[in-house]
Amino acid sequence: MATKAFQKIYTKITQITKATCSLHAKGVGYDELATVNGLLAQVVKIVGDEVTLQVFEGTQGIPTNAEVVFLGKSPTLKVSEQLAGRFFNAFGFPIDGGPDIEGEEVEIGGPSVNPVRRKQPSELIATGIAGIDLNNTLVSGQKIPFFADPDQPFNQVMANVAMRAQADKIILGGMGMTNDDYLYFKNVFSNAGALDRIVSFVNTTEDPPVERLLVPDMALTSAEYFAAQFNEKVLVLLTDMTSYADALAIVSNRMDQIPSKDSMPGSLYSDLAKIYEKAVQFPTGGSITIIAVTTLSGGDITHAVPDNTGYITEGQLFLRRDSDIGKVIVDPFRSLSRLKQLVIGKKTRKDHPQVMNASVRLYADAANAKTKMENGFDLTDYDERTLAFAKDYSSQLLAIDVNLNTTEMLDVAWGLFKKYFRPEEVNIKQNLVDEFWGK
Amino acid sequence: MVTKGTVSGVIANMVTLDVDGPVAQNEICYITTSGDRLMAEVIKIIGNHTYVQVFESTRGLKVGAEAEFTGHMLEVTLGPGMLSKNYDGLQNDLDKMTGVFLKRGEYTYPLDKKELWHFVPIVKVGDKVQASAWLGEVEENSQKLKIMTPFRQIGISTVKSIVAEGDYRVEDTIAILVDEEGKDVEVNMIQKWPVKVALKNYLEKPRPFRLMETGVRVIDTMNPIVEGGTGFIPGPFGTGKTVLQHAISKQAEADIVIMAACGERANEVVEIFTEFPELVDPHTGRKLMERTIIIANTSNMPVAAREASVYTAMTIAEYYRSMGLKVLLMADSTSRWAQALREMSNRMEELPGPDAFPMDLSAIISNFYGRAGYVKLYNGQTGSITFIGTVSPAGGNLKEPVTENTKKVARCFYALEQERADKKRYPAVNPIESYSKYIEYPEFEDYISKHINDKWIDKVNELKTRMQRGKEIAEQINILGDDGVPVDYHVTFWKSELIDFVILQQDAFDEVDAVTPLDRQEEILNLVIDICHKKFKFENFNEVTDYFKNMINLCKQMNYSEYKSEQYNSFIKKLNELVAQRCVAV
Repeated sequence: MATKAFQKIYTKITQITKATCSLHAKGVGYDELATVNGLLAQVVKIVGDEVTLQVFEGTQGIPTNAEVVFLGKSPTLKVSEQLAGRFFNAFGFPIDGGPDIEGEEVEIGGPSVNPVRRKQPSELIATGIAGIDLNNTLVSGQKIPFFADPDQPFNQVMANVAMRAQADKIILGGMGMTNDDYLYFKNVFSNAGALDRIVSFVNTTEDPPVERLLVPDMALTSAEYFAAQFNEKVLVLLTDMTSYADALAIVSNRMDQIPSKDSMPGSLYSDLAKIYEKAVQFPTGGSITIIAVTTLSGGDITHAVPDNTGYITEGQLFLRRDSDIGKVIVDPFRSLSRLKQLVIGKKTRKDHPQVMNASVRLYADAANAKTKMENGFDLTDYDERTLAFAKDYSSQLLAIDVNLNTTEMLDVAWGLFKKYFRPEEVNIKQNLVDEFWGK
Repeated sequence: MVTKGTVSGVIANMVTLDVDGPVAQNEICYITTSGDRLMAEVIKIIGNHTYVQVFESTRGLKVGAEAEFTGHMLEVTLGPGMLSKNYDGLQNDLDKMTGVFLKRGEYTYPLDKKELWHFVPIVKVGDKVQASAWLGEVEENSQKLKIMTPFRQIGISTVKSIVAEGDYRVEDTIAILVDEEGKDVEVNMIQKWPVKVALKNYLEKPRPFRLMETGVRVIDTMNPIVEGGTGFIPGPFGTGKTVLQHAISKQAEADIVIMAACGERANEVVEIFTEFPELVDPHTGRKLMERTIIIANTSNMPVAAREASVYTAMTIAEYYRSMGLKVLLMADSTSRWAQALREMSNRMEELPGPDAFPMDLSAIISNFYGRAGYVKLYNGQTGSITFIGTVSPAGGNLKEPVTENTKKVARCFYALEQERADKKRYPAVNPIESYSKYIEYPEFEDYISKHINDKWIDKVNELKTRMQRGKEIAEQINILGDDGVPVDYHVTFWKSELIDFVILQQDAFDEVDAVTPLDRQEEILNLVIDICHKKFKFENFNEVTDYFKNMINLCKQMNYSEYKSEQYNSFIKKLNELVAQRCVAV
């Protein structure tokens, strides 16, 4: 970044840690950006005339006489229609060899939408995956993460969802992404001929971890631009938010803050909420939907990151390998879409809520039967039937390679009910049974 | 002279000020930065360094910025015109704010200064009145609201003059009182009160005893809450805290409902904004929104204001209680409030308590719950604040500081359970762990005997015992297998399943099943208990399972039917036939 002539240059650093450095300076604003020997840094603490800077790329090699220049602004992104189809790093600088973006410079991490100006989300996002559309329907303006172990194919499912979702813009925020995954997304997008609808902000595993703190705000600032200015439906993909949280933990540790659960900063909930709450349905038609990934360690959802995330997001999607059918399925027990009530049975056929609940209940009965079987007990006729149902249900509906519309999904479910059960065993309202059982 | 200060340090939303005069703990000041005025509250004073927490983003704030102290603590402005308003945690009227995005430093007045209220005097010249005495009343959304003597008025005053019945604005003087020192005090419709100070303008706080009907069977029948009672709902995410809380707020028999959305999802607040103006209060037939006030401090709004929001809500509740009204206050979630306390305590570098929460967390929580309650006012009338808070325990583990400290003070415990939620048994209130202490109150037993029926509590206790027994048998069946236990055990187990499916589980999204009035609850309770008392004859456990599944199905269909409708009666008839098939003795 070029230094302007009238800017004051400081050259006396008093303290350096792994991620921060401090110096004496006056007239500095909180959150303001600075460069330290050309490296970007941000003000995180001011005590009297002592200013502490967080250096995004780390402080290795920074000497005590490094040149520090304050830029008089907090991190910004230039927004314009030119963003579409482009790839950027965490600072919003192009990494695809293209030209710089011309446009209005806006501060990232800006204010939140007044709750009374929001509209209630009501538009269904169809993904064709029954584990999502049937059991955990997504709605535009929603925020929902995949809770997945690192070896699960969440990036593939997410890319599928993104391609089928019919969004006007797809914004990818990659944090601590492997280079291979980054290229995978790039490939999927360009093979689908969708590159002009995509904006990407990518921090790969090769980049310094602290930089990725900027990625969600960059992605969401550009999302707000398209959703608020052009009333577009914007889908934001954030992968992986656990890497983001790890970066938060690094910074708070360097600043001597007392860690709370799992060495995470005490403000983790607020930090994550600030990002996820950018998901919104604007009254003018534009919307921001966030689909994120939170990787788990050994499936542990009580860890601070998935736990806090679960309290913020509107549900979560779990992937699981079903050994009975040898495929990855969307786990119907632990997955949840909180906003599905706004569309199921309203935007979809009226039997949707009851069919959804009945099939999950029967699937739960099958799980009990399986436990019984594994413990060596005799199975009843009902147990046998639930087991057979579960297998069909899993392969015909829950598997992630399913691609149906919701009416087809409901018909498949009724077909399975009829094949294995009597009407009184499924616990569905009589008038719906009367209407659909015969079909 | 007002005290002034200059900024000498900034760490996130904690700012240090050097001040030139006296300041008070919790005093409010405004810091000016690049044209914005940021509201802040004093949280610590060391020498002339004053630490304040800023209620807004401190981005761009510089050392040397100026601050001006106000001389008072964080206050709410109370008066007619608050019903159906949407406020933020600092009582700014969100609808008056301009633009789609919230602007830093924009504060809006909570009342409408131009609106006319039809005032009817209650007192007359020469009457002796004390603080909070009812001087007159106005009507808002068909709710009679009292205009009271200022809460801060000391001793007994005499009414010197009071305006005649007519239309007045909130700032118009409606009465002049003469205080004990002979000074005139002009009174208008507005009251101000600091949110962190409990409003103790009542004679006494008797034990509450009157059932508060919520239409939720697992609450009213199994674990009833009373007017002026306290309860809390802990549960891991996805177990239905918010759905349950919304159900209670929609259906509860209260005059005023205050919802404090404290650090929760904005879309949940939007759901209230969208639905409540359409929904009808089952008790009065009026729109729900007319009795509701929303305090929205969603999770992306500034953290410090989150702490204030629950106090703002409680103080507004106390204001209405002083008028002799039944207030229901819901806070979702008190864990976010505790986290806000933790963030500040952390920035102040206080020594942390368990899980890095501040050491005085327990005291803060118990003081807050202590502000709820059923009170007898000085004029002999009664009012109540029923408080229900949700708790979001980290990792779903109930052995964490917020849950544990809340359990010490709240009298009703509605434990939401992951396992039940996974099985879609909603509301996922654990039937064995959950409790209501009020059921043990003799005052409550008395009330129930008089107003519902004298067998009610015995029957409820029987339900609980049966649920416990059912769980024990389920565990035995798991270990020994279906064949390993006597057929009788299966019958007992399925009787507990009947209770679970028919009484405990309730479909919050079904028009009919969502609300069960008390008389219908009584009928279901009697029906289920009668079946439980019957002896049935079965050859093997498969027969038991099939039979009870049929029975549960019929009962569920009945729950979905309009009460006493033809359909309802036909299911009752079928049920009686089914029972008769295998019943051998009563």
